[in-house]
Amino acid sequence: MNVGIPSVLASYTGGARRVAAEGDSVAALLADLDRQFPGLRFRMVDERGRLRRHVRVFVNGEAIRDLDVAVREADDVQILQALSGG
Amino acid sequence: MVTNTAGDRDLTLWIGTKKGAFRLSAGRGRNGFELDGPEFLGHIIHHVVADPRDDRQLLAAAKTGHLGPTVFRSEDGGRNWLEASQPPAFAAPKDGRKADAVDVVYWLTPGHASEAGVWYAGTSPEGLFRSEDGGANWAPVAGWNDHPSWIEWTGDGERANPGGSPLHSILVDPRDAQHLYFATSSGGVFESLDAGANWSLLNDGMMADFLPDPHPEYGYDPHCVIQHPAAPDVLYQQNHCGIYRMHRPEGRWERIGRNMPAEVGDIGFAIVSHPRDPDVAWVFPMDGTDVWPRTPPGHRPAVYRTLDAGGSWQRLDRGLPERAWYTVYRQAMANDDGDPVGVYFGTTCGEVWASFDEGEHWQCLAAHLPDIYSVEVAEARP
Repeated sequence: MNVGIPSVLASYTGGARRVAAEGDSVAALLADLDRQFPGLRFRMVDERGRLRRHVRVFVNGEAIRDLDVAVREADDVQILQALSGG
Repeated sequence: MVTNTAGDRDLTLWIGTKKGAFRLSAGRGRNGFELDGPEFLGHIIHHVVADPRDDRQLLAAAKTGHLGPTVFRSEDGGRNWLEASQPPAFAAPKDGRKADAVDVVYWLTPGHASEAGVWYAGTSPEGLFRSEDGGANWAPVAGWNDHPSWIEWTGDGERANPGGSPLHSILVDPRDAQHLYFATSSGGVFESLDAGANWSLLNDGMMADFLPDPHPEYGYDPHCVIQHPAAPDVLYQQNHCGIYRMHRPEGRWERIGRNMPAEVGDIGFAIVSHPRDPDVAWVFPMDGTDVWPRTPPGHRPAVYRTLDAGGSWQRLDRGLPERAWYTVYRQAMANDDGDPVGVYFGTTCGEVWASFDEGEHWQCLAAHLPDIYSVEVAEARP
């Protein structure tokens, strides 16, 4: 399925803002993204397996924090950033 | 720390800032400084360090507001950068300890001259990591990260200061690759004689005047610790509570900051030493009164220098502004190996200041940079 990539991670995807990835959960999608774009996952998920504070993942428009959430081919998955301040 | 740099410039200052890394480089005689950069615009760069064992190798400690911490490395003097394949990350916890995650890679130190490719990294929370391949892959130093007293010694986040809980001032004894020191801002100074397998406290003589007992076993706040390169038994320390010096065989910190003028005090972040004379050091005092403004005391910025191992201090402010309210962080002061020694500092107002006569006169090399977190000197080999 296609995954939306935020600008802050586009340096890992060669500038692509939508990339194809495979997996039956968000965790599996991120693992596949990291295989394709090494280093991407650790910038958004820490060593405890938690999404970093200013990173959001939306599945069909709904924010998720649990990376074990199941996904299907037709789902829309977006990775977004959320930060304000100087 | 003085290291080497590739290219046709004799001396380079690597400047880590809140918004990227900059380079100020000069030709022979420290003339004609030119500003390049930024590299990593928008990234928070805490430290950029050149490798004294290989002219072309550089590491940069980075994160962004959105993204997790990482390390970038260059093998061509800073022209191109690659991200570490395995950045510093805590191992899964043991013995029921809560899992930690590296928030910031804060400090980088090249390993011993005999250990090519070895680097150490200090993080917040207080993690120690080692790379054996020039910064590409980092492994936890289990002797510290899993130490049975880690929670007690670090406070496990309970004693974090406003900037986090960094592990900093990683020192490798030039006489012995196994002999390491580092400091934490809520524990004190730690020493290992076996390359990090075991650690002991080195806090005797220090003060923690913010605690009910100002002389606890641990709980001190060293801001910066340095080891004299030519006399490695001499350690200097700028602490939250004073300036100290230790002759390691005696094992006790002596508060040499008591000899500073009372109206200035001996609070600050940074300290650097003369490359050849272990009795000479420079500090940049900060206001540690009432709510801790951490700006120059009396809003009059000055470097102070001792020529007699802290027995007395001289104010050095010729060329500096009459009034300023900036801060000089612990990694933002550096010196070169020149004769006379060049001394440098960067400010939270984005200015880089230099003295080419050991602090007697100061000039501004760059202004309007982002908040400066670190300044490191890299010198070309003759």
